[in-house]
Amino acid sequence: MAAQIFKDSEADRNYRPVWYLGRGLVYTVLIVWAIVCLFPIFWTITTAFKAAPDVMQGNIVPWVDFEPKWLGWRSLGLSPETIGAVSTVREEFLKRFWNSTIISISASLLAVALGSCAAYGLSRFNYRFGFMRNSDISFFFLSQLILPPVVLALPFLVLYKSLALLDTRIGLILLYTLTVLPIVIWIMRDQFSSIPTELEEAALVDGLSIWGAFVTIVLPIALPGMVAAFILSLVLTWNEYFFAVLLTSSTAKTLPVMVASQTGSQGIAWWAMAALSFAAIIPLVIIGILLERYIIKGMAAGAVK
Amino acid sequence: MSGEEGGKLHVVTADHISRTRRRWGSGIVWVSAALLVAVMLLQTLDGIGYLSLGFETWRPSLYAYLLWSTCLCASQVMIRGEHGKRTLFVLPAALFVISMVVFPLLFGFVIAFSDWNLSSPDGRQFNGLDNLRQMWGDSFYWNALGNMVWYSAAIMVEYAIAFGLALLLNGQIRARKFFRVAFLLPLMLSPVAVSWMVGKSMLEIRFGPIARFLRWIAAEPSVDLPAPLYYIGMLSHEVGQWLGWASPSFFGSAAVARAMIMMMDAWTFIPFMMIMILAGLQAIPRELFEAAEVDGASRWRRFWEITFPLMLPVSVTAILIRIIFKLKLADIIINVTSGGPGGATDSVTSFIFREYRDRSNVGYGTLLAIFYLVIIVIAMTILMKLAERWMKPRY
Repeated sequence: MAAQIFKDSEADRNYRPVWYLGRGLVYTVLIVWAIVCLFPIFWTITTAFKAAPDVMQGNIVPWVDFEPKWLGWRSLGLSPETIGAVSTVREEFLKRFWNSTIISISASLLAVALGSCAAYGLSRFNYRFGFMRNSDISFFFLSQLILPPVVLALPFLVLYKSLALLDTRIGLILLYTLTVLPIVIWIMRDQFSSIPTELEEAALVDGLSIWGAFVTIVLPIALPGMVAAFILSLVLTWNEYFFAVLLTSSTAKTLPVMVASQTGSQGIAWWAMAALSFAAIIPLVIIGILLERYIIKGMAAGAVK
Repeated sequence: MSGEEGGKLHVVTADHISRTRRRWGSGIVWVSAALLVAVMLLQTLDGIGYLSLGFETWRPSLYAYLLWSTCLCASQVMIRGEHGKRTLFVLPAALFVISMVVFPLLFGFVIAFSDWNLSSPDGRQFNGLDNLRQMWGDSFYWNALGNMVWYSAAIMVEYAIAFGLALLLNGQIRARKFFRVAFLLPLMLSPVAVSWMVGKSMLEIRFGPIARFLRWIAAEPSVDLPAPLYYIGMLSHEVGQWLGWASPSFFGSAAVARAMIMMMDAWTFIPFMMIMILAGLQAIPRELFEAAEVDGASRWRRFWEITFPLMLPVSVTAILIRIIFKLKLADIIINVTSGGPGGATDSVTSFIFREYRDRSNVGYGTLLAIFYLVIIVIAMTILMKLAERWMKPRY
């Protein structure tokens, strides 16, 4: 080893402590905010495994402060002892879970299908619907975002009642599609305008029809954007509560409505509520961890032009 | 919103559309339209009581409408060939939105001027401007509107926090992926679950962890502690006492309850703004900072002279979208405070929700909602115009 040739000057060495201080501060802030973000989730998971005394004493760390118990899961019929037995609560829970799954997935798929086509058309062709040109049509779609749900809620309540769509899955699916459609169009328009038109021109010269070019050439390229739009829609529709609580009563009730209806009644069984909330958030937490890249991509669309 | 779009793909097509095909195309539209009108007419007559055809629901009209929409889409291709196929990209979505928004809105305008109690057998009664008069005197509604201003004002704080976090994430840090996922997670959670997890459980006064933490801060330190720690303890004790943290109450007083709702809502939505700002930060070319560094600008000046001005368009977009989402705020309020104490935390949506729940009067609730929509449209238009002027580069 040769001797060190380049040495830090006096000024550089004075700079070091400041640098370390800055780093320390940055990581402190990051860690504090990470705790702020993660602690409620951690709290919910651990509370689901507590018994009454543990809740009262405010124990936090499992196995150190308290011994995890299956109490909350037993009341849902999901603990190891009760999983084989018949349980009405579990039936109810699974039914709501299934409703939420069906509704959010179908609404997101429908929105992505309708929205992608519309966004593609708007990014490629000139339209004239009456006085509306492309930018007006785009604005018409995007302006739906401003519409607060409460404006539509009561008219839909009456309309759905006369159409016998109240408390049906299809009714909620249609409404949810409507609420996420502007977001899908926003993301997909951004996505399509970044794809060069030469690709389609080449495909058209080779004899594909315009829809053929769209399905076989453009869609595969735009797939990441579609996944992003789909996941964002999924998050919004899975968590939707306002329409669900107004428009469903028994058959089509979704998971958020079930969670909300448990809070007030029958005192508060903390462990059971925690287990239920945990079951309600876990699908999206998993999606968030695994597909974080797509979610960020989706939300970043439109932010940067 | 951008002016230049569309018209990118120019294709010249030579379609030979025969006369009969064209005639069939317009034929199916008119026949299905006639069918739709006929069905609706029959149902209306049945509804009024002229005829008794025994319609249980309005489903037949719905099916006739669906048939007509399908025929309209099909006829585009039949009549206009290749051009019709292009229209087909936008037409389904447009029809969907029009039928799901425009019709209910028009219908809403009718309901808004009527007295309609869904549980009473009288049905809808037109009552002119009575609802408007009632709204004028409804102090709870105006209070809810005022609350919305407070809630929207809180967005500036959220924005500042989100900007700070985005700057940190954009810096050179280790475990960036972990922090990004952790910061994103609150956005994934449903407001209902959050209102239970945080609003009911963690903010429980007796044994919730936050109340416990505040009491721990406000507690008098033990005398055995070494001197510096003891003084810190005394200081936190004094501050905690002064803030009333010895016996914290989160939903007792109006201001604190409102702040709690703001915090819970901020907690779920800060990631959203943070990610938009982060995307904007990553799009700024590095060379700008390098040039500024060479010129000897300090960190502070680099931020205010380069980062912040360049981020202005993204910031305005993020804030506008956030306002739109904020105006829909209801789930947390309905589930945590249901508007209390004394309507201090009510948002317009949660107020109308309770109004409907308590009296099941559709008419009055709809009028309140439509009035809210009018205010929102006016306010957003002004805001967007201001933003447009503000975002123009001033060099």
